[in-house]
Parts: sequence; structure tokens; C-alpha cells
Amino acid sequence: MAEELILLKNDGNPDARALSFYKAGGGYQALEKALGMQPAEITEEVKKAGVRGRGGAGFPAGVKWTFVPKEAPKPKYLCCNADEGEPGTFKDRALMEWDPHMLLEGMAIACFAIGIHTAYIYIRGEFHWITLILEQAIAEAREANLLGPDILGKGFDLEIYVHEGAGAYICGEETALIESLEGKRGQPRLKPPFPAVVGVFGGPTVVNNVETLCCVPHIINRGADWFTSIGPERNAGPKIFPVSGHVRKPGNYELPMGTPLREIIYDVCGGIPGDRKLKAVIPGGSSTPVLSADEVDVNMDFDSLAAIGSMFGAGSIIVMDESTCMVRALTVLTRFYAHESCGQCTPCREGVPWMYDILKRIMRGAGKPEDADLLLDICSNIEGNTICPLGDAAVGPVRSFIQKFRSEFDQYIETGKSSVGDAGFDFRPAD
Amino acid sequence: MSESEQKQNDAGWSAEIDELISRLLGHYPDKMAALLPVLTAVQREKNWLSLATMDRIAECLELSPRHVYGVATFYTMYNTEPVGKWHLQLCQNLSCSLVGGVQILAHLEQKLGLRAGQTTADKRFTLTTVECLGSCGSGPVLQINDVYHENLTTEKVDEILEGLD
Ligand SMILES: Cc1cc2nc3c(=O)[nH]c(=O)nc-3n(C[C@H](O)[C@H](O)[C@H](O)COP(=O)(O)O)c2cc1C
Ligand code: SF4
Ligand code: FES
Repeated sequence: MAEELILLKNDGNPDARALSFYKAGGGYQALEKALGMQPAEITEEVKKAGVRGRGGAGFPAGVKWTFVPKEAPKPKYLCCNADEGEPGTFKDRALMEWDPHMLLEGMAIACFAIGIHTAYIYIRGEFHWITLILEQAIAEAREANLLGPDILGKGFDLEIYVHEGAGAYICGEETALIESLEGKRGQPRLKPPFPAVVGVFGGPTVVNNVETLCCVPHIINRGADWFTSIGPERNAGPKIFPVSGHVRKPGNYELPMGTPLREIIYDVCGGIPGDRKLKAVIPGGSSTPVLSADEVDVNMDFDSLAAIGSMFGAGSIIVMDESTCMVRALTVLTRFYAHESCGQCTPCREGVPWMYDILKRIMRGAGKPEDADLLLDICSNIEGNTICPLGDAAVGPVRSFIQKFRSEFDQYIETGKSSVGDAGFDFRPAD
Repeated sequence: MSESEQKQNDAGWSAEIDELISRLLGHYPDKMAALLPVLTAVQREKNWLSLATMDRIAECLELSPRHVYGVATFYTMYNTEPVGKWHLQLCQNLSCSLVGGVQILAHLEQKLGLRAGQTTADKRFTLTTVECLGSCGSGPVLQINDVYHENLTTEKVDEILEGLD
């Protein structure tokens, strides 16, 4: 375990929100330092640190920043992705709720490095109380000349605005987020052009996750070498792991990238209630392929999870013990993706609700012998055939649940009922 | 139509909303971008978004009413029908389900005498099931208007309901 908390050190402390508290702990020193550097130097340092996007895709932040053209006819923008919609994920809210200035400082440094003067925090609308916290922090920072015109007398101007979404998971996808910020339905755009070239309001736009941006002040303060000293190569840094489901102590845990999953479940989170047996783990948020109990000796980082055919995603761990019916669990997840499809592409709009219908049929006891194969077949027809990755995200759980727990599906179809019973939770066929 | 319903249907809003709109317009290079925040603020004040309200928003932001309806119906947080004074939104996604979310649903339905998706006859409570609220480590989670209630048990739900007028 990391001895020193970097990201969550103020978790749960309402006093830490005040600018005075943040500054007393060395806050905004990184911004002051950055404003004395060349913008390209900052980007280079972030690139060297190799911080990979914490929103799910794992793209290196510094590299993304270099994609923004230096000269553009339209203003450039930064969008901080605070949509936090992937089931199992509840980490960005902790950063914003308890350490809002860390995010603002990270955004200000990023904007200076890229040459941006307007930034938005796109936050899911349900987090309204956090919007108020952020707005308060922005007002305080502006008052102290840490945001607004001519920051710290260094001639750099930046305004940050908080923009609330309104309950659409798809708006976490970066191009849907941009559409939504423009006041439209959140329907993803075809890429290219990539947002770094044509993004919000037609200007070059960087979209970065909250946690990614919160790493930036620390990288500037302590250097890229310090950052890469935490965690494995190509997967460096501190990371917040949100853990939910069947563990004694669910919650957010900051640990080095690469911490073994078994250690997180059994040591950090106290193991499974009632010492029941582990059955399955979703390692990185609802769309990442499920792991069976014998696969949890894996390190929690991008490359290690990819190597065993899953994904790191946002590092959001959902633990399921032996009382969980996998057919039910998958039905719940598929209902979610069916509900959240934006409806633009046929394979996603038709395919995902079709998979949900088949799963409901199985749960009603009317499953057909060919249903498991039919589900796999629909997966193949969705995958890779859609505008945005939501189609693939829906496939992730369906294919992996069926492949790894096939006998449970076949048994449910054959007997018309769950082999596990209702111990874990109940599903309402009325849905 | 009762007097209160008439009031609800009235497309007017407070001076604070007018002030908010002019402030919001300074945040973006065009008016359309203010649409979501305006819909949110107006709904918070008026409980729901009637056609008349949306028409007025369209006029105010120089948008076509069709665009405004299209946006309002895309996002689940916008109520295009009236909801109860207390809007109870219970998460039914996986993490919450694993720790008792469905039992909480059954309890709420029984206590309020309705099914999810319905409003009580006295218009005090609407119960809706929703997807992940981003609070999976402290489930089951129930959002009531703007407030999250976490780590729910049936006893805790009873206490919370007693506190609502
Ligand atoms: C369906 C879908 C939902 C997403 N939801 C989120 C989200 O809630 N938060 C987030 O930061 N990224 C989300 N992403 C990833 C973003 O598209 C984007 O990659 C990310 O915000 C980039 O920031 P990062 O490089 O700092 O991670 C989502 C992607 C998809 C396809
Ligand atoms: S894959 Fe689904 S969510 Fe993504 S653009 Fe297509 S229909 Fe919309
Ligand atoms: S699953 Fe209920 S809040 Fe995420």
C-alpha cells in the first residue's frame, strides 16, 4: 500500500475544500511554477510521466495534448469529464467533493500548457451538490487571482465553468459530451475529426477525466520521475479504485497502479461478508469483461488486464460472491446498456435491447436451448459496427459472462430457474 | 383544472431564472449551449417542463421548439410530466442490487402503495427506478429531489419518509 495518499488525502474532510486549507498544504504552487515554464515543457513533463487517462480508455494525457494544433481559427477548449456514469464508478465525485481546488489547479495547468482560455467541467446532473462545491471553489480561486484574467500577474487568462448534464450515460463518451455541452441530444460523433482538432463549438478540444487532471499538479510539483516511480512501467501513478458489491468494506481506495486484485479484495477491503466464496469480479467498471474467481491473481493496471482478455477501464471493481446469479447480474447490466443506447446505429439500438429481451426470456423460465449461442452471435454483430464504443461496452459483459459461466446459463435455460437461488438479489421480470 | 395546476401550466418563471439565463449566456459562444442548464434550473423551480414552458425557453434562447422538446426528451432527468413533491429515484443497477437494492424497492412500493413509475394520489411522492447514481460503494442509494440517501436499510427508509412533509 502507498504510505502517502496523493489523491485522496483529504477524503471526507469538509474543511479541506477551503482555498486557505488547500494553499496551506502547498496548493497552487504547481500552478505558479507552471506559469514560469514554457507550455511545451509542461506537456513534455506530463508526457514523460506517462499518465494514462483515468476515464477508461487509458490514452496518455500528455500525448493527447500535443494533438491540439498550435494555431487554430477557433478558440480551444478543455472539457473535464465529470460525468462518472459507468456502473461501479464513484471516484471522481470524491476528488471533486473533498478537494475541488486540486482539480481546478490541474485544469489551469493543462490550459496554460495547451493555450486554452475557457474550460468546462461537465458533471452529471445528479451530483448537484458537488456543482455547488465546485462553483464555490471557482469563486474563491477567482477572488485570489488564481483563475480569471491575468492569473498571478503572469498574463494568462482562464475561465472555468461548471456545466451539468441531465442523466444520460452516453454523455460520458467524449464526442457525446461535446454535443451535449453544445445544447443538443448527446449523440456521439463519427471520428475523425477527433475532438483535439474539431471539438466543442468547432474549436480544438481536449477532453480529460477528473482523476487524470488531478494528477497534473503533483507531476509538476514532484516531477515525472517521481510519478513513474509509482506502479509498473507504462502504467504509472497513484490510482483510486472504487470497490463495490460483496466486500466487507466497500469504498474508494487510493493505491499504486498495479496493486494485485486479490490483495484489494481480501486485504484492503476485508474480504467477503460471511466469508462466502468469491465467484466473479468485474475489474474496471460494468463494461469490462468479467473475471472468474481463479483469475483474480492479476495486477490492476491497463496492460495486465488486457493481457488476460479484460480491461482496466476506470479501475472500478465490482465483487460478486457465490450467492450471485450470473444470469440475473448480466440481465441487470444489459438492461442498463439497452436503456442508454442513443439510438443512432442499428446494431446498438436493435441489438442491445434484443439481448436484454433474450435474457428476460431466460429469466422467466422460457429460455430456448439456442439462446446462449444466439447471444454470442448478436455480440459479434454489434462489435466493431457502431459509431461509438457503447455497443462494444454492452458486448463486454454479455460475451464474458456467457463464456466463463456457460453452464450456469445452460442450466437456467434447461430448468427454467436459477441454480443459485435468490440469495444475492431479486430481479423483477416486469422491467 | 385546479388553481395549483393552472399555476404549474403557466410558463412564467422567477426573476432569479432571468438573471441566471443572462449569466449563463456569458459562459458560451452561442445561446444553444445554455439550453441544458436553463432546462435544469426551470425544472428545479417549476417541478416539470410543460410544453408552454419549453416554448418559452425556446423563444428565450432563439431555438426551435422542436429542438427543445428533442433535448428534453433525450435526457432522463427532465420531467415532461408533473412529478410528486418528493421525487424518489432508486438505483437498480448491479452494485446496489448486490447489496439489497431490490428489497428497498419492494419496501418503498409497499409503504407508498404504488409501483415504480407512479405518483401517489395526493401528489406527494413519485417513485422511479434509475440506473447507476455513481454511489455504488454506499448502496443501496435513493435520490430524493437533490439529495442522496446512501447505505439504505428498510428502517432507514422509514425514518427518511417520516421526515418528508
Ligand atoms: C459509453 C462511454 C461512456 C464513458 N463515460 C465516461 C465517464 O463517465 N467519465 C470519463 O471520464 N470518461 C468516460 N468515457 C471515456 C471518454 O470518452 C474519454 O475517453 C475520456 O473522458 C478521456 O479522458 P482521459 O483520457 O483523461 O481518460 C466514456 C466512454 C464511453 C464510450
Ligand atoms: S454505439 Fe450505441 S450509443 Fe454509440 S452512437 Fe451507436 S447507437 Fe449511439
Ligand atoms: S449501482 Fe447503484 S449507485 Fe452505482
